[in-house]
Amino acid sequence: MLDGTDLIYAYDGSFEGLMCCVFESYQRKEIPSVIRPPSVQETLFDTAKWIETDEQKADRVYNSIPMKISPQAQEFVKLGFLTCDPHKEMLIFRFLRLGFKHGGKVMMMLTDDTVCSLQKAVRHLTSESHKFKGFVRFSVYGEVLIAVIEPKNYVLPLLSPHFCDRYRNERFMIYDKTHGMALIFQSQKAELIFVEELTLPDVDSAELEYRRLWKQFYKTIAIEGRNNPRCRMTFMPKRYWSQMTEFDEIVGLAQWQVAETGAKEPQTSLCTLDARSTYKISPDYKVTKKDLFHV
Amino acid sequence: MIIDVYNKLTVLSDSAKYDVACTSSGVDRKGKFGSIGSAAKAGICHSFSADGRCISLLKVLMTNVCIFDCKYCVNRVSNDIERVAFTPHELAELTINFYRRNYIEGLFLSSGVIKSPNHTTEQLIKALELLRSVYHFNGYIHVKAIPGADSELITRLGLLADRMSINIELPSQESLTLLAPNKTKESILRPMGLITAKIQENCTDLVKYRHASKFVPAGQSTQLIVGATPDTDHKILTLTEGLYKKYHLKRVFFSAYMPVAENSLLPSMDTKPPLLREHRLYQADWLLRFYGFEAKELLDEQNPNFNLQVDPKCNWALNHLEKFPLEINKAPFEMLLRVPGIGVTSAQRILMARRNSPIDFSGLKKIGVVLKRAQYFITCKGKIMDGLKVTSDGTIRALMADQYKLPSPYPEQLSFFNEPFITREDVQQCLTGQI
Ligand code: SF4
Repeated sequence: MLDGTDLIYAYDGSFEGLMCCVFESYQRKEIPSVIRPPSVQETLFDTAKWIETDEQKADRVYNSIPMKISPQAQEFVKLGFLTCDPHKEMLIFRFLRLGFKHGGKVMMMLTDDTVCSLQKAVRHLTSESHKFKGFVRFSVYGEVLIAVIEPKNYVLPLLSPHFCDRYRNERFMIYDKTHGMALIFQSQKAELIFVEELTLPDVDSAELEYRRLWKQFYKTIAIEGRNNPRCRMTFMPKRYWSQMTEFDEIVGLAQWQVAETGAKEPQTSLCTLDARSTYKISPDYKVTKKDLFHV
Repeated sequence: MIIDVYNKLTVLSDSAKYDVACTSSGVDRKGKFGSIGSAAKAGICHSFSADGRCISLLKVLMTNVCIFDCKYCVNRVSNDIERVAFTPHELAELTINFYRRNYIEGLFLSSGVIKSPNHTTEQLIKALELLRSVYHFNGYIHVKAIPGADSELITRLGLLADRMSINIELPSQESLTLLAPNKTKESILRPMGLITAKIQENCTDLVKYRHASKFVPAGQSTQLIVGATPDTDHKILTLTEGLYKKYHLKRVFFSAYMPVAENSLLPSMDTKPPLLREHRLYQADWLLRFYGFEAKELLDEQNPNFNLQVDPKCNWALNHLEKFPLEINKAPFEMLLRVPGIGVTSAQRILMARRNSPIDFSGLKKIGVVLKRAQYFITCKGKIMDGLKVTSDGTIRALMADQYKLPSPYPEQLSFFNEPFITREDVQQCLTGQI
């Protein structure tokens, strides 16, 4: 079991941690066969090598990407980390090794397995996030808009600029149920926070009325003689339907409360990644009734 | 009151649904403080209806009252149906409330002709002014220009909208005279020309004065009905090409005719809409816009209609076998685009990848080329694909034909969301296709 080819790295699941894995590999001149985030269970005879996250090492790797490879490669790697590819760590790792060897032209090596797979994963992410720009459904609670989504990838960081720009004068929250995260926008400030649970209040009659109007419009606008459920399914697979108003027959949800957060240790931390782009995360941010709502 | 709106919405969206233009593309606009909304150049689909079409805009008529009597239209004056009208206020409330909930990307407002074309246009202006200046709506608006309205009114309307369209519907004057007695080629093409001129004028104005207001920044489009008249595909496609060239239209939409009235001049009520034909026209339109084809290469007087078995690009390739096989590692971009199974993105990727190292068949597959189709037309490093037997073009025809069954969008389509100039929404719009 323990021959050198089975080297396993274990890291804390953060983007910086992954950068440290790259650092370690170069320093020790070794290539791991697996890089494991905390969310993956270790096996019985596991002898993974724990890679400590160190800001400085991470920065050195991260900052060398635009210089030694290209700024696009840096962007690409950041996106790669947001994907749901189960092997994203190894893909990013191998991509960076290739990049440090070949320089900027790695982005053109489209027939290489690593580059091709990572591109596929990133395309899945960007196409999913593009879909959600349209498929997100807000409900109006008083003066606040709240939406729930169940994406496969970490789409919130990609959705943030779009919705924050569009709804400048609104206060809103998009809750990503899959990853237990929420994008909160209020007083011109966007934040990504961890949310363990979200229970929504009852909606008022105006909200119900607009849902009814929308459902009616949705039904009416289809041309019967062109019915084509297969085509609809291709563009809008069923997995999106559960949170979309036009498919929701049960209106009126249970008692509401936004669960206190911060207690739960994040499985995959996006903090570092987001500090480098435009979002701020404070993992111990608490959503309280007062924060989000005027009551 | 809201019950009333419910009924109006039902009637006025039901009569608007035959307009197939549903895109919200063509303009990027940032949000503004104090306003609600923005616009995305690629367009955004907010849902897909049961017929598989993209829902992007709240598509409604201001009113379904109409003094005209176009035979193919449900709203024609001679049709005995319930007539209603939105007030500008109702329409604005509905738009804003749908928009806030992210149901829609904006409004697509059309109207029957009430009293006169000018009066109708004034109503549309009133509604849009309310939405833009009182409700501070900064999202997408597509508005219909009414045939026969004054230039001055059309200009005012255009300053409030992102896109304007005026539907030609019938591809020839003869068909118009027969089926749309109140419209003439002139009454349609004049406003279309006016819009084109205004857009160009506006471009220079914007350079001169930075704050000149924008006149339909997302351009204009039109729609042609397919199958209501005996007009051939050749006629339709040539007209389409002319519209792109002469009027710089952003899009020409095709709408398979759905029988809505028993009339000896029209196909009978039990006629199925010619969906496959519509699909072929969209594919050909794609070839004109993005693949460098000309209408005369695809159809002529001898072959005035598309082959329903084979898509237009494949059909062209089969008729020009002398140009193939093409060496993937050498062929110029324009020729790569002509290979069935290679789309715009794959062609670009081929150029990129081969700069790096020569490409073989497995590489092509990774790039996203549909080898099932492309294999007959290409070589990689001088070799044809392993195990490929080409006996006669009859075989090829047989091999290719069964791959084109409507209306499943090609799998290839979905992997092409990163097209630089083909907008995503375009791709998602059912019944168009990368070919
Ligand atoms: S003018 Fe328009 S709404 Fe009126 S009948 Fe003709 S197509 Fe229909």
